[in-house]
Amino acid sequence: MKEFLQQSSYLAVAVSLVSYGIGSWLKKKFKTGLLNPLLVSIVCTILFLFGTGISYDTYNEGAKFLTWLLTPATVSLAIPLYEQWELLKNNAKAVMAGITAGVITSLLTVLLLSMALGLTHEEYVTLLPKSITTAIGMGVSEELGGYVTITVAVIVITGVIGNILGEFICKLFRIKEPISKGLALGTASHAIGTAKAMEIGEIEGAMSSLSIAVAGILTVLFATIFAGLL
Amino acid sequence: MKYLKQFLIILLISLLGEFLKAIIPFPVPASIYGMIILFVCLLTKLIKLEDVKDAGKFLIEIMPVMFIPAGVGLVTSWGVLQPILVPVSIITVVTIFTVMAATGLVSQMMIKKDNKEVQ
Repeated sequence: MKEFLQQSSYLAVAVSLVSYGIGSWLKKKFKTGLLNPLLVSIVCTILFLFGTGISYDTYNEGAKFLTWLLTPATVSLAIPLYEQWELLKNNAKAVMAGITAGVITSLLTVLLLSMALGLTHEEYVTLLPKSITTAIGMGVSEELGGYVTITVAVIVITGVIGNILGEFICKLFRIKEPISKGLALGTASHAIGTAKAMEIGEIEGAMSSLSIAVAGILTVLFATIFAGLL
Repeated sequence: MKYLKQFLIILLISLLGEFLKAIIPFPVPASIYGMIILFVCLLTKLIKLEDVKDAGKFLIEIMPVMFIPAGVGLVTSWGVLQPILVPVSIITVVTIFTVMAATGLVSQMMIKKDNKEVQ
């Protein structure tokens, strides 16, 4: 049986989808943001791997096809963006100012907290690109001499936490404007936050998609300056 | 054939993005180049919305599950994360709050101001 589980081509994707289904069902049933489908599915899948003794590498042999779809899915984010083009054009200044403020705040928060918590320069630059999409963040971390594996882990954690807490944070700071909600989610927690923004609404999703690209590129530009500060 | 054609267009743009990533020495992933290319193609009507809409919306809808493997992969990073877990956790959580507040409030303030000027 174990041999079958190890060799199956479809098991990993099936387990991932079933656990996502469990997460969605729990969220519907208990109506609480804490039971976030993405978080529940990650936890369920990890438990399944522990329970069956399947290694991550074996799981990823099958699950990599889900990851493979990420590039075409991210490309497709241009579609909602195009559908909201008028809205985007009419609010271009606010949109750019919002994303820029977020990027600088992200770098500044990491700088101040790294100083306060006594992190080394390498640890600091590892965390600098934490709010942006994985592929850009990896490149920034590598270029600045950070630990790329940690950067990737922190980027994923940032996305998942943003996905879980996003709606709560919008309420907390009274961010009500759909454009602003989307920008906030995308700038703070990249594509994983955008997945949440898409669930909230079309405008939120489009603005969040835009933020992934703009925040990513702005971070590449500003991170070099910030890297020299600690 | 409809879905095949739509998915093909999206894949070809992904491929073009991959090519740009290979030749441009800037840490921007293929997906972001692809997103910009598709956006420009839609704006210039080089690609019609109907030619990508159904397949694209399907991909966007199932996007959350594409992050499960990366999330599960965190178990393999436990060893490197553990020694700096406390500062990393603090920085991660605090940053989400400050960034969302800054982005959300700055843009919301400017949208309100612009709307007042229009009225």
